[in-house]
Amino acid sequence: MQTTSDEVLIGRIAGGDRLAMQVLFARHHVRVYRFVLRLVRNEATAEDLISEVFLDVWRQAAKFEGRSAVSTWILSMARFKALSSLRRRTEDELDDETAGTIEDPGDDPETVLAKKDKGAALRQCLEKLSAEHREIVDLVYYHEKSVAEVSVIVGIPEATVKTRMFYARKKLSELLKEHGIDRGWP
Amino acid sequence: MNAADRNEASEIELLLPWHAAGTLSARDAQRVEAALADDPELANRYEAVREELGQTIELNETLGAPSARVMAELFAKIDAEPERRPHLSVTLTARVREFFASRSPRTLAWSASAAALAIMLQAGVIGGILLKDHGGGRSTETFETASAVMSAPGNGSYAMVRFQSKANMDDITQFLEANKLMIVGGPAAGGLYRVMVDKTKLQRDALVDRIKQLQQNKVIGFIAAQTE
Repeated sequence: MQTTSDEVLIGRIAGGDRLAMQVLFARHHVRVYRFVLRLVRNEATAEDLISEVFLDVWRQAAKFEGRSAVSTWILSMARFKALSSLRRRTEDELDDETAGTIEDPGDDPETVLAKKDKGAALRQCLEKLSAEHREIVDLVYYHEKSVAEVSVIVGIPEATVKTRMFYARKKLSELLKEHGIDRGWP
Repeated sequence: MNAADRNEASEIELLLPWHAAGTLSARDAQRVEAALADDPELANRYEAVREELGQTIELNETLGAPSARVMAELFAKIDAEPERRPHLSVTLTARVREFFASRSPRTLAWSASAAALAIMLQAGVIGGILLKDHGGGRSTETFETASAVMSAPGNGSYAMVRFQSKANMDDITQFLEANKLMIVGGPAAGGLYRVMVDKTKLQRDALVDRIKQLQQNKVIGFIAAQTE
């Protein structure tokens, strides 16, 4: 079965095709939501933001130039809105929220258990990466974006994309080492 | 990145995450595969990358999905938007996108005008066509063959067009708009499209002049007027 490409859907949306919008939304909204949620760390905010993102898709479809994949275009808009939303929050709000999400790096019972389960430990350490590192790891591993596509979404040169990913992975190894798991690198 | 890191992070090692995700070009993927086969230490690090990939996917998949309210609110807002009357450029853009989406990568990569011409002549399916090959030379040549690749209608004037592989959608859309052209068929073999160049049936000389004018545009790789 051949599915309608995202580019074709955007063309139809530009012409006011509501059904094409429903198809595009169904195809992408979960991944976009997860991308935004990992940045803003608040489900209600993430839902509001993706609603705004897809409304912009509807309004701006005619301006889509096809220079990147539609999913890359949507993630770029989502990232911009997520960062703008984070900037709107006061530092106090941020402190309160992040305090609730950042776990003590000590060897609590959960961490002890995590040592026995490398996968769980890895996931825990992935959560502890900085927003900048979380973002690039998610884009590369979960959203399957190429170096060039990450460069477009994040707005940095391709060489920086590669080195930022390298540093994110290096930080991950350091966090794992703190959890008692030595990967032998770095 | 400091000197130590630079040594540590070879170009190949930097590419490992994208290799694991399957998003490298074929050429880079081959380079990485060759390096992995030769370097057991790099292969061990690659296993670590694959673990990260698996756990990142698992982590993201546990994040759940947005509630139904998002879709309901979004479409309520969309329904409240002013009704959209598609501008000519929008419909043209949509048509060009649909045509491009239907082209195979091989067709898209096809850049030799002579190849398109060869296909058409081998197939022996072009009826009374004036050919212009931008890649080949400056002169306009005329060929007469048995039938038409796409039937010429009784009304209107038509041409077979293949766009330059480097031309982007915006360029093509602007070209079609500026010259009041409409894609009505294709893509056929060699990435050829059938384009209406005039709503009326132009005299042969007028059609030739029109084609000569159109072939000057940078987006045209090949153009042939279709005559009966």
